[in-house]
Amino acid sequence: MIAIALTVNGKPVAAEVEPRRLLVDFLRDELGLTGTHIGCDTSQCGACVVHMDGVSVKSCSLLAVQADGSQVTTIEGLASDGDLHPMQAAFREHHGLQCGFCTPGMVMSAIDLAARVPEPSPADVREWLSGNFCRCTGYHNIVQAVMAGARAMSTDG
Amino acid sequence: MQRFGLGQPVRRSEDPRLLTGRGRYAADVRLPGEARAVVLRSPHAHARIRAIDTTRALAMPGVLAVLTGADVAADGLGEVPCSIRVNGRDGQRMPRPGRPLLAAERVRYVGDGVALVVAETLATAVDAAERIDVDYDPLPAVATIEAAVADGAPPVWDAVPDNRAFFWQRGDGDAVAAALAGADRIVSLALANNRVVPCAMEPRAAVGAFDAATGRYTLYTSSQSPHGVKKGLSAHTLNVPEEMVHVIVGDVGGGFGTKIFHYPEEALVLWAARRIGRPVKWVGDRSEAFLADTHGRDQRNRLTAGFTADGRLLALKVESFANMGAYLNCFGPAIPTEMTGCMLSGVYALPALHAVCEGVYTNTTPVDAYRGAGRPEASYMLERLMDAAARELGLTPDAIRRLNFITPDRMPYRTVTGPVYDSGDFGRRLDAALAKADWAGAAGRKREAAARGSLRGIGLSSYVEICGFQGEDATIRFADGGIEVLVGTQSTGQGHETAYAQIVAETLGVPFDAVTVVQGDTDRIRTGLGTSGSRSLPVGGPAVKRAAEAVIARGRGFAAHLLQADAGEVRFAEGRFETAGGRGIDLMALAEAATDPANLPPGETVAVLDATARFDLEASTFPNGCHVCEVEVDPETGRVTVVRYTVVDDFGTVVNPLLLAGQVHGGIAQGIGQALMEFTAYDPDSAQLLTASFVDYALPRAADLPAFDIAFDGIPCTTNPLGIKGAGEAGTIGACPAVINAVIDALAPLGVTHIDMPATPEAVWRTIRAAKTAA
Repeated sequence: MIAIALTVNGKPVAAEVEPRRLLVDFLRDELGLTGTHIGCDTSQCGACVVHMDGVSVKSCSLLAVQADGSQVTTIEGLASDGDLHPMQAAFREHHGLQCGFCTPGMVMSAIDLAARVPEPSPADVREWLSGNFCRCTGYHNIVQAVMAGARAMSTDG
Repeated sequence: MQRFGLGQPVRRSEDPRLLTGRGRYAADVRLPGEARAVVLRSPHAHARIRAIDTTRALAMPGVLAVLTGADVAADGLGEVPCSIRVNGRDGQRMPRPGRPLLAAERVRYVGDGVALVVAETLATAVDAAERIDVDYDPLPAVATIEAAVADGAPPVWDAVPDNRAFFWQRGDGDAVAAALAGADRIVSLALANNRVVPCAMEPRAAVGAFDAATGRYTLYTSSQSPHGVKKGLSAHTLNVPEEMVHVIVGDVGGGFGTKIFHYPEEALVLWAARRIGRPVKWVGDRSEAFLADTHGRDQRNRLTAGFTADGRLLALKVESFANMGAYLNCFGPAIPTEMTGCMLSGVYALPALHAVCEGVYTNTTPVDAYRGAGRPEASYMLERLMDAAARELGLTPDAIRRLNFITPDRMPYRTVTGPVYDSGDFGRRLDAALAKADWAGAAGRKREAAARGSLRGIGLSSYVEICGFQGEDATIRFADGGIEVLVGTQSTGQGHETAYAQIVAETLGVPFDAVTVVQGDTDRIRTGLGTSGSRSLPVGGPAVKRAAEAVIARGRGFAAHLLQADAGEVRFAEGRFETAGGRGIDLMALAEAATDPANLPPGETVAVLDATARFDLEASTFPNGCHVCEVEVDPETGRVTVVRYTVVDDFGTVVNPLLLAGQVHGGIAQGIGQALMEFTAYDPDSAQLLTASFVDYALPRAADLPAFDIAFDGIPCTTNPLGIKGAGEAGTIGACPAVINAVIDALAPLGVTHIDMPATPEAVWRTIRAAKTAA
């Protein structure tokens, strides 16, 4: 077992983990943050995307020990005082989610895009989301949501 | 109030929970003391099991149980059955071997469950599974229809030596033969409807608990049909009385047909929980989903159609084979037979049909319902046929369709295949879609593309499908100052919580936010047929509406008593009961007052306004529309890009256009995926699934798809109380033929007249090369 200390959604977390423990399992099973989902076992689907030090990462492709000392944000850490994050609100407004399983990863990934490209084009969004699968929406409304969410983020910011 | 009523783009009540990580999917359930289970699966497509040695696995610290098919048999558990009766060519009933919870003597596909390992942690269970020694005696395997029906093919089932699981036919062979003999032109077409893996983003999961004190089982599972799973557990696998089984379904991460059925793991976790005295959790991983969840489609169809010289369809003969996989799954045999056959007239006035279908066993994953379930296969056949006939007869694709459409003046129309269409104006949908897609301008766009060295094509499909099966109960109850709607359909992402709440809010004149929809709990909801066949709004919708109307009827009695008026003079509007004299009481206040026995009207015995109502569908509904797809093909690489996609649909009454559009978008994406990308590859010799991960199976990504241009132009359904036709599957049904017709149109300058799905870059490139070689 290896001792790690990190910040998750703004709160300090200390734990002893197996070296082989994946970050996604650590978040889900040990911290109970089940909003981060596991949709595949080959790092393709993106349902597990979280932010590590402000950058989107697939938490299935990192060991928990690699998050030692970092700031991790999950989907549970976005809304504040009951207000949805502008990207979350945009997904709701544009019906960018159906079953909701890919949604946490989509939203976390989209926020990272918006931080890099304040006004992404539809092509920018589609290209950026190459690591996030959705089987319900055909992506049409996700693209609308991400563009609107990015606009809202740059206005708010 | 109108803002939340029928037809309004109400934002979903599900979303705040799902957007903030507070959704509760089956894998998120955590019960105190739960152990983790994994299923050891067969690496062979076909093998005899000589022996299974679990000693090394059981000896590992933290391992709680290792269970095999022998234990299943010793404990008297049953099998997952097929519920569709099947006959052979001679009309005699054929065997329907059940799907065992764990294979005991023989494995029949890669992924067949062989043992269940239960341990303190998932990692221990995985490690222990690797220490189970299974002595397999590999047998020859068959992966494809062609291999399975070949002379001397190894039988998947000894009781069915020729692998022919069933023979089905419909229609009039003599009439078709006569009509074909008299036809001016015979058009023939051989089509492959490729096998697809449904790929709901949430893999299945099941958590089982057993209460030794009461003998009751509780299952948390990811399902489209909570009551169906309960029945399967009770009647078939666990063999216990129904009241001893409680099934709970939380949020479900997509279904698309795959999650309709009762699966072995659901029984295994409950059984294991009873045996070890602790809850047991199984969470399928993606590889298991590829191997062990039902697949879809996989038909081969040979069409022979007779036309008059001017393009009228006279008769159609369809000869099909369907790959059923290693077992006949729950509804499996119904899909290529009744569900495909009933829609083989499509939007056309077809005078004579003869369809035959043979189901075939192979050493592959069982095939069952996938979004559309038979209707996409029928639509694909007809719409490919119409384009082929148009080419041969020198007509345009739209002209041959207009010539053969069932026209609105003939509604209701009984098709030669059986169903009676209540309404539909197929020509109007076609005209609207062609205009929206600028069909007339396609020639110019093709020239422009050709100048760039690109091949551009446009294709269309006019579809009609059949929706809404059987009946549903709905209950409305008043609790905690709000209104609960309890219904046995099951959302897997469609937004039922929002749609049903809209119906209730409008009917009862109460705030949308006051209505909560309860689903997925077989203790709280007495009956339910779940969600499949686009049935929830066409069937569940009217049931919910009737329950609301029953509340009003009850409320009128209570209100009349309280207001000291005749029930006949109490009117209900805008959430309020009022007398002619203007005295009144609000529904919510009345619901509160009704709980006081002192306020019971004479003859009334139950002190609540709660009411249950049932809606039984007497006739199916027939959504229809027209898809237009435009593609560009890179002649060097064979890569197809969908550049424009247009749909005009008739879904009857629209409850929520936002949710409706979402259903169509997702359906189109799955159709484009099947048509261009999703290739389910089995090794022909070993019957290994070669595309068993997202690395190998091409699921459409955002950049693979275009934006969709869709419109609704609904004619309310005449046989549905709300006029709703259903929309969950339509996108998938229209898309495949529109896409392939467009690809063939793009390749037509090279002399290409046919390509099968999926039209991957390799397939298109080979087709182009073959055409150039021939020319």
